[in-house]
Amino acid sequence: MSVTTEQVRKTLARRYRAEKRFKAYGICAISIGLLALLLLFTDIIGKGYRAFYEYSVALQITFDPESLEIDDPRDLEQLQYGNYEAVVREALQARFPGVEGREGRRALAALVSTAAGYRLREMLENSPELLGQTRTLWLQLNDDADMFLKSSEAKRKTARLSDQQQTWMLELEQSDEVRAGFNHSLFTRGDSREPEQAGILGAILGSFFTMLVTLALSFPIGVAAAVYLEEFAPKNRFTDFIEVNINNLAAVPSIIFGLLGLAVFIGLFGMPRSVPLVGGLVLTLMTLPTIIISSRAAIKAVPPSIRQAAMGLGASKMQVVLQFVLPLALPGMLTGGIIGMAQALGETAPLLMIGMVAFIVELPAGAMDAATVLPVQVFLWASSPEQSFVTMTSAAIMVLMTFLITMNTLAVVMRKRLERRW
Amino acid sequence: MKNTHKLVLAAALALSSVPAMARDTVSIVGSSTVYPFATVVAERFGRNTSFPTPKIESTGSGGGLKLFCQGVGTQHPDITNASRRMKQSEFELCKSNGVKDITEVQIGYDGLVVANSVKGPDLDISLRDLYLAMAKDVPNPNGTEELVANPYKTWKDVNPALPNVKIEVVGPPPTSGTRDSFNELGVEGGCKTFPWLKAMKDQDKNKYKSVCRSIREDGHYIEAGENDNLIIQKLESSPNILGVFGFSFLDQNRSIVKAVKIKGVSPNMETVGSGEYPMARSMYFYVKKAHVGVIPGIQEYVKEFTNDRAWGDEGYLADKGLIPSPKNERMKWADNAKSLSSMTGKEFE
Repeated sequence: MSVTTEQVRKTLARRYRAEKRFKAYGICAISIGLLALLLLFTDIIGKGYRAFYEYSVALQITFDPESLEIDDPRDLEQLQYGNYEAVVREALQARFPGVEGREGRRALAALVSTAAGYRLREMLENSPELLGQTRTLWLQLNDDADMFLKSSEAKRKTARLSDQQQTWMLELEQSDEVRAGFNHSLFTRGDSREPEQAGILGAILGSFFTMLVTLALSFPIGVAAAVYLEEFAPKNRFTDFIEVNINNLAAVPSIIFGLLGLAVFIGLFGMPRSVPLVGGLVLTLMTLPTIIISSRAAIKAVPPSIRQAAMGLGASKMQVVLQFVLPLALPGMLTGGIIGMAQALGETAPLLMIGMVAFIVELPAGAMDAATVLPVQVFLWASSPEQSFVTMTSAAIMVLMTFLITMNTLAVVMRKRLERRW
Repeated sequence: MKNTHKLVLAAALALSSVPAMARDTVSIVGSSTVYPFATVVAERFGRNTSFPTPKIESTGSGGGLKLFCQGVGTQHPDITNASRRMKQSEFELCKSNGVKDITEVQIGYDGLVVANSVKGPDLDISLRDLYLAMAKDVPNPNGTEELVANPYKTWKDVNPALPNVKIEVVGPPPTSGTRDSFNELGVEGGCKTFPWLKAMKDQDKNKYKSVCRSIREDGHYIEAGENDNLIIQKLESSPNILGVFGFSFLDQNRSIVKAVKIKGVSPNMETVGSGEYPMARSMYFYVKKAHVGVIPGIQEYVKEFTNDRAWGDEGYLADKGLIPSPKNERMKWADNAKSLSSMTGKEFE
């Protein structure tokens, strides 16, 4: 046996051990990551799943013209100022006839959401013949009563309901006069200060318009910049300078883009505050470096042999780029684009400066309507005092996560399917 | 490539659907303390009238006034909320930018509470206790008139009547308006009870401020970030910790936390409204008169806000934790709001 073999044999066991250890470190790192993710998800889902259903109560509602103070349901003015809450109160008092005194009645009326009144108005507006009739309706409960029903036995004692209100709720629960159903308002309405009436559709639409503007601007500009820098630009100090700056820009804290947006788009160009157009412009500035860098990497990955072959066959520079390089680099560019978009979707800080952190009830219809975005909605709900908003916050996070996961999966799938290896 | 064309087209359509500028929605900015109340009014206003729901940005009192005073024109906000009164300097800024006629309306009070978990002990402290427990520098415990770095470790050290637990208070960071009020109303309120410190105010105002409004940084005061819900969660898990936050959070979480009494007075609608509870601040909003009549709905929104149905003793804002002003004050401010009388500048004297 030679000396070298001898040496190898001696150290072999040690080297194997070292390799095992090295592998163990890797597994450890991944497990820590997975554990953190698991913790995050269990916490969010554990808190948030309750926001997806809601309780309503069955009440015998009489559309009494006198209590409503409406004699002609076709008169819009009367409809507008109708006293719908009185009708709901009366129905509740008819259900619990023993309740006396102002305080007691107030406590009883507080069980049903104020949304009930708006629903009655809508019903009366759509079918005026209801006036004077009695219907059994399932009406939304107020958030505190809703939370009480959703809580476990042990937690119910600490619910935000008085003892008297708790007895009423238990009575309703035992006689099956309350039922749980899907929380429609969560996906059909804008923001509200009443948790049971708040929804995220406004924020989803706001995010959609913002992303649309961002995508429409940042992808073409980013790809064009990358193609020029990679394929056409001369290699000199000036292009080096540009390259350094693009890399720098990618690391600039996002709030700075917000300040820039405030100064330029709102200050200089006089664009309105809180609109997705300005939000999209600011986020374009933020995602551009990401897209340029990933697009350049994708173009670099196209083997020179392809370019040379195309040139050898007489293709012009532009033909080479448009017909060979771009199609081959596109999967990589799209991946970069999607990751940039996902980043922009989760961004709050720059939007703070341009007024998108706002209470907006109406659903935006376009990029020029005031709107907020999903992460901002999470932030706004997280700082609300009502306990139900804690579950709403987690629900909004779940929706945001779903979008992010979908986008990232799309990026991975696209890469897998379109990727070509040489 | 075809898909890209479609996307660009869709974006162009989305952008062109609404013409720019001209605003028909009331734009409100300002304090995050007033935000939970103003939004409730705005929402009701939007639902009950034919006007669109006003847009409310939460920018902080200072930030709101800065935006508000930027000028007259649809790109500037119509109303700003503030958890403190407008300062003279802000009034001057407004004036220099052409915002000359401003109507001031006080909407009620926000109490600042010190609270602990319902599982913790019932506490009753004085502002002086609070000052001694929280300030960076306190009078020497041996009674001489000199300042020493805060030596107190437990509540019992501060006041023998209090339990023997480590002083730990969770509260907002310096950037928060709630922290400013805590410093001014709580810590300074206790500081003033020492006559020689109070006398310092006239001699050396800056030194007085730095002594009476600074919070200790040796770990007994824990900054919890801007989110008051986090403070509540923290209190729930550790019964010996105290927390500082706004009254509405106490009101919404009474099953989890309870208020510490200040000299026997616990914060509630009556004690805060009457001024008996010492830590309360008034909240305001300011209306730009030049926009009334230009942007539809401003006057109607103000009317809704200053209605007893909203800000009264039994109003829906009280349900959200607003502490109403006394009736006569409310009537005065409501008149002010109705007639849109301008601020004269005398308010600052």
